[in-house]
Amino acid sequence: MTDLPTDLTRATAADLAHALASSTISSAEVTQAHLDRIAAVDGQVHSYLHVDGEGALAQARAIDERRHAGESLGALAGVPIAVKDVMATKGLPTTCGSRILEGWIPPYDATVVTKLRQAGLPILGKTNMDEFAMGSSTEHSAYGPSHNPWDLDRIPGGSGGGSSSVLASFQAPLATGTDTGGSIRQPAAVTATVGTKPTYGGVSRYGLVALASSLDQAGPCGRTVLDTALLHAVMGGHDPMDSTSIDAPVPPVVEAARSADVRGMRIGVVKELGGEGYQPGVRARFDEAVALLEELGAEVVEVSCPNFEYALATYYLILPSEASSNLAKFDAMRYGMRVLPEGVDAPSAEQVMAATRDAGFGPEVKRRIILGTYALSSGYYDAYYGSAQKVRALIAQDFSKAYDKVDVLVSPTAPTTAFRLGDKLEDPMAMYLNDIATIPANLAGVPGMSIPSGLADEDGLPAGIQILAPATKDERLYSVGAALEAALVDRWGGPILDRAPELGGVAAVKGA
Amino acid sequence: MATVATDAVLDYDEAMEKFDPVMGLEVHVELHTATKMFCGCPTEFGAEPNSQVCPVCLGLPGALPVVNEKAVESAIRIGLALNCEIAEWCRFARKNYFYPDMPKNFQTSQYDEPIAFQGHLDVELEDGSTYRVEIERAHMEEDTGKSLHIGGATGRIHGADHSLVDYNRAGIPLIEIVTKPMVGAGERAPEVAKAYVSALRELLRALDVSDVKMEQGSMRCDANVSLRPRVGDPLSEEQLAVPLGTRTETKNVNSLRSVERAVRYEISRHAAILASGGSILQETRHWHEDTGITTSGRVKSDAEDYRYFPEPDLVPVAPTRATVDALRGTLPEPPGLRRRRLQSDWGYSDLEMRDVVNAGAVELIEQTVAAGSSAAAARKWWLGEPSRRANAEGQDIVTYAAGLGLTPAHIAELDGLVAAGRLNDSMARQVLDGVLAGEGTPTAVADARGLELVRDDGALEAAVDKVIEANPDVAAKIRDGKVQAAGALIGQVMKEMKGQADAGKARELILAKLQ
Ligand SMILES: [Zn+2]
Repeated sequence: MTDLPTDLTRATAADLAHALASSTISSAEVTQAHLDRIAAVDGQVHSYLHVDGEGALAQARAIDERRHAGESLGALAGVPIAVKDVMATKGLPTTCGSRILEGWIPPYDATVVTKLRQAGLPILGKTNMDEFAMGSSTEHSAYGPSHNPWDLDRIPGGSGGGSSSVLASFQAPLATGTDTGGSIRQPAAVTATVGTKPTYGGVSRYGLVALASSLDQAGPCGRTVLDTALLHAVMGGHDPMDSTSIDAPVPPVVEAARSADVRGMRIGVVKELGGEGYQPGVRARFDEAVALLEELGAEVVEVSCPNFEYALATYYLILPSEASSNLAKFDAMRYGMRVLPEGVDAPSAEQVMAATRDAGFGPEVKRRIILGTYALSSGYYDAYYGSAQKVRALIAQDFSKAYDKVDVLVSPTAPTTAFRLGDKLEDPMAMYLNDIATIPANLAGVPGMSIPSGLADEDGLPAGIQILAPATKDERLYSVGAALEAALVDRWGGPILDRAPELGGVAAVKGA
Repeated sequence: MATVATDAVLDYDEAMEKFDPVMGLEVHVELHTATKMFCGCPTEFGAEPNSQVCPVCLGLPGALPVVNEKAVESAIRIGLALNCEIAEWCRFARKNYFYPDMPKNFQTSQYDEPIAFQGHLDVELEDGSTYRVEIERAHMEEDTGKSLHIGGATGRIHGADHSLVDYNRAGIPLIEIVTKPMVGAGERAPEVAKAYVSALRELLRALDVSDVKMEQGSMRCDANVSLRPRVGDPLSEEQLAVPLGTRTETKNVNSLRSVERAVRYEISRHAAILASGGSILQETRHWHEDTGITTSGRVKSDAEDYRYFPEPDLVPVAPTRATVDALRGTLPEPPGLRRRRLQSDWGYSDLEMRDVVNAGAVELIEQTVAAGSSAAAARKWWLGEPSRRANAEGQDIVTYAAGLGLTPAHIAELDGLVAAGRLNDSMARQVLDGVLAGEGTPTAVADARGLELVRDDGALEAAVDKVIEANPDVAAKIRDGKVQAAGALIGQVMKEMKGQADAGKARELILAKLQ
C-alpha cells in the first residue's frame, strides 16, 4: 500500500480501507475531510442534491466504535460513499432529479443501500442526475446541472453526472450509479473516472426508482479499477426481493482487479463502434490503449457485430415503452408532489393527476412517456415494441457470436469528450448519440466497464475505453481494466486525475 | 340504426321465441393464500384500512414484485380441476390505466399467455341433465385497492364528495376464469349461468384455494349477455351459425340468485331493444340487487387500450411437468363424482340429494354421519329447522350454523338420543330448538328441560290398563283382530303420560294385553 496523502480526499478507497483497518485513521476523520471538501467545492460542481453530514458522521463514528471493540468489519468499512439519487434511502430525500418527487422521504432502503450500510460505508449524500436517469449530461435534472471538474463549462456525463463529478472533484472516494444505456460508463469516460455496469441481475434493482426495468442495472463508480471492484463486491449478489436477480455469488472481481493480468486473453475490437462520428482524439487514445493491451500479452482481433447499427433505434423504443409504464405511478395520490389544477373548484383525482404530472415532469421525461405510450398502443405495438424486441434478440446474438471468438470486447466508451453545457440540449438526437457505444450492452444484459484512456489532443479532455464481457463474467472486465490502468498510469507517470485543474481557485470558476 | 337506451323489458317467454341468448361469464376468485400475490403482506379480510401494505403493494418508487409460489400452485390446481391445459411457459403482463385505487397505475396480470387454457366444466342442471361449459382461460392477476366514495346517494363516484382508498386489497392474488361463449342453453340460459357459478364455487371450495364468499367479494362474477335472432332449436346447426349479437357486461353480480336474475333481466332488456328495432350499446352495466335491474355504466369503446406488454420486473412462470403432475395428485374428488358416491352411500333419492346440495349441506351431513348419525336423520335434522332459519336470515346453512355454534356433533348426538329411546321425535325437535337457542348440547338441553321418555314400564302399564278399561268397544275390536284400532288407544295413553312415553312401547303393551 502507498502512504496516505495528507489530503485524505486524494486517497484511493483501497488505501483508505487499509489505513482504517489498521486504525491509522478513523472513519470520522475521513468522512469529515470529505464533508469539508464538499463545503469547499460543491458550490462550483453541484454534484450533490442532498448532503447528510450529520448522518454520515454518525455512521462513521459507529463504525469506529465497532472497530475499536474488535469487531471484524467488511473490506470498505468506514470509507464514505456518495449515492445516486435514484436509490431509495430511508430517511433521506430521494428525488431522482425530478420535481415530482420533491420532498419524498422513502420509508425503506434500496437493497444496495442496505448492503452499503451493512458494510459500514457512511453515506455522504445523494448525487445529481438527469431526471429519472433520462439524459447524458445532467442537464435534465430539475435541480440544475452538475459541472465537469475538468472544465466547469462542460457536462460531467449523464445520467450519473453527479456521481462522476463527485469522484473527479474528490468529494467522495466511491459512488454508486445506475446504467440503463450508459449512465455509469459515459460519465466515467468524460470525467476520467472508472465505472462498471454489471451483468443484468448482478446487482439488485430493489429500491432503484425504475427507468426501464429490463435495461436498468446498478453498479459501482470509483477512481481506480480496484476501488470499483471493492465496491462491486459490496453491492452485488442475489436478492430475493428482485425476481430478476441472479442467484449466484458475485463474480471474483476483486481478485481479478488485483491480478491485473491479460496474458493469453483474446480481445475483440468492435468494428461497428469507433468509425464515423468518433472524435479523432478519442479514437487515438483508444488505438493506443489497444496497442498497449497487445504489448501486455493479449491477442487483439477485429470483431463485427452487424446489428449494433440498430441498437439506438431499438433502445429508444424499449426504454420509453417501459418508462411510460414505470412512471405512471407518479400520480400525486400517495407521495411526492401534488398540484391542484388552476381554476377548478373541486378537482377530480384525474384532474389532480394531470396537473401534477404536467408540473412535475420535465420536457425530456414527457417526451419519452409520449414516445413509449405511442409505441405500446394497439395497432403500433407489433411494429414498434414487438420489432424492437426482435432486434434486441439479434443484438444479443451478435454478442454471443463474438464471445465465441474472444474473451472480451473493447470500444471507445463515448464518441466524444465532454461537450459544453447547453450544446445539445435542443437536439435530442445528438444527445442520444452519446450512448451509441454503451447501449448494446444494456440491450443484451452483458457487463461493461469504462476506464480512462487519456486526454484527447484537440481539447485536452478525458476519453474512455469501454470493456465488455459475457454475462456473469464480470471479473474479466477487472482483469483487463486493471492491467490496462496500471500500464497507462505508468505511461502517464501518475493518475490522470492529477492533471485535472484545481478547484476552489478563481481560475476554476471561469465562465461561472 | 338508432342506438336506444331504454329500460323496457320484453316478457321472457316472448323474448325466447324471437331470440337466442349467448352468455360469457368472467369469474374473479380471490385466493386465500397467507400473503399477497407479489409481496409478503397478509391477506386477511376486514383488517383496519391500509394496515396490510408495504412498499411493493403501495407501488412506492423502486419497489419490485416477487411471485407468490403458492398462488401459482393454486392457479395450476384450478386449471387442472377445470380440465385445462397448463402453460409450460408463461409471463405476466402490465395492463396500463390510471385509477387511484391501483397503486402503480398498471395492474400486473396475464394477457396472451394465461397459466391455464382450453378446459371445461360439466354442470348439472335441476332436471339432472348436464351442460358443458367450455373454459377459455384461467389466469393470474392482482386485485386493486378498494375505493370508498363518501357523500352522494349511490356510493358510486358520481355525486360523491370525496373518496377514500383502502390498499389492503391491493395485490391480493386473483384468478380470473373466463368461459367461451356459452351457446345452446336457450331459455335455460339464466339457470345454466347460476348452475355454472354454483358448480365453480363448489369446485373451488373443494380445492380449498379460496373462501369463495360472494357476499364478501372473494368470488365476483361479471356476466356478458348477447342475443341473436332465433332461427331454430338452440342446439341446431342453423342456430349455432348465426353471428353473435352485441354484448353487455354486467359487473359484480355477487350472489348465485343474482347471477340468474341478472342474466334473465339482461335477456329481457336486450330483447325489448332489439324487438323495437334498436341496437345494443356495448357497455358495462351495474346490477342492482334490490330492484332487480341493471343500469348503464361505462361505455366500452373499442378505443380502450391498456397497452399490455410483458412485465419486465418478473421472470416467466415455467412449471415443470413433474410439478404439474404432483399438483394433479393433490386434486380432490370432482364434486359431481363425489356427490354421486355420497348419494349412494347415504341411500338418498335424487330429489333428496338435490335438496341437500341446494341447501349447501353436503359437508355438514358428511361430518354428521362421520360423527355417528344415520344418513336419514342427518338430512332430516339439517334440512329442517336450521335450514329454514338460515334461509329466513338470507345466510347459507354452513355460515348460519357456525354463527350459532350448531355442529355436526350436536346433530349426531341428537340422533343418538332418539336411537337410544331417550327422546321421541317431538321431544327431539324441542331439544334442537334449545340447542339453536344456545342452551347447550342436546343432552344438556334435554336434561335442563326435563325431556325424557318415561322408561318406567309400571307407569306405562297402568296407563294402558286405564285406557283399555275406559274404551271397552275399541278393546273388543282389537281382540277381534282389528289391530289398526290400537292407534286410538295409543293417543290416549300418550295423553295420560303427558307425551313422555315411547309410542312404540305403548303399542306393544296394548297389543300384548288384547291378543
Ligand atoms: Zn405488500
